[in-house]
Amino acid sequence: MTKQSTAGAALRAAFPKTLPILAGFLFLGFSYGIYMNVSGFSFLYPLFMSLLVFAGSVEFVAVSMLLGAFDPVQALLMTIMINARHLFYGISMLDKYRGLGKKKPYLIFGLCDETFSINCTADIPAGIDRGWFYFFVTLLNQIYWVSGATLGGLLGSVLPVKTEGLDFVMTALFVVIFLDQWMKEKNHFSSLTGLAVSLVCLLIFKADGFMIPAMAGILLALTALRKPLEKAEAKA
Amino acid sequence: MTTTQQIITIAMVILGTMLTRFLPFLLFPAGKKTPKYIEYLGKVLPAAVFGLLVIYCVRNVSVLEGSHGIPEILAIALTAGLHLWKKNMFLSIAAGTLFYMALLQFIF
Repeated sequence: MTKQSTAGAALRAAFPKTLPILAGFLFLGFSYGIYMNVSGFSFLYPLFMSLLVFAGSVEFVAVSMLLGAFDPVQALLMTIMINARHLFYGISMLDKYRGLGKKKPYLIFGLCDETFSINCTADIPAGIDRGWFYFFVTLLNQIYWVSGATLGGLLGSVLPVKTEGLDFVMTALFVVIFLDQWMKEKNHFSSLTGLAVSLVCLLIFKADGFMIPAMAGILLALTALRKPLEKAEAKA
Repeated sequence: MTTTQQIITIAMVILGTMLTRFLPFLLFPAGKKTPKYIEYLGKVLPAAVFGLLVIYCVRNVSVLEGSHGIPEILAIALTAGLHLWKKNMFLSIAAGTLFYMALLQFIF
């Protein structure tokens, strides 16, 4: 097979797998773009953020970072905490992404939640090139996200509706992700630890200073709870 | 924030994200065994971080002033209730957000 037809066949195999993401990313990306727009940022911000960061939850949080006081250390730490789960996506994909040559850096760069869930679980049809398949899943998902975010950024100011309260889209997003996690887990120690430690830190350190103590508190609490949690896990 | 500060902040977000994505491939090149503690954190950390993010979203809500957090509580309840019932991410987010916008614009 020629290079073009190998890639073409992989694209045709990858595209249907990404259809659910197409709908989701256009909607969520669009909301993100509008959110940035009504927060006072030009469409270039959602365009470049979605292109260069390509991690939905942290892009939402970055809007608040950009609106708050300048604090690069907190921005870095928060990003690492929020995206810590990607470490484990990477660990799960070590073997699958091995030996894919020039495509590999882009595959790792674009390993967001949705791309991970497809590439980790997809049964790649016989005769389809693995590398190209992973590549197109990653690329298509990023195209959906960047398009949604940029459109939202462009259209945010010309939409004929009042957007007051639209920032709730981020709260709703995290409530939904939190609940998805909640319904999946066997016990709720970790979810409850996250809520409780953060709430206590918020009451003590107030809105502008609670994130770093909360992140440290969560790491400490989960480290201290390791033995009982692993026991509970083994029993369940 | 100046434009330079914004660019630095965004650069930190890019750096943090890329660190979490590339680190495993740099640390465990030839299928080296992942430390047990890291595996454990991988399992338990996401749930706690999403709890943290929910609190982060409502950090500026005051129960003592203004609308006392009532619109937030109602909209979170609707989002959560709908999600537990229908398990449809986009329905829950869209309905919760529209409801919150309606509360702010017409009632509170």
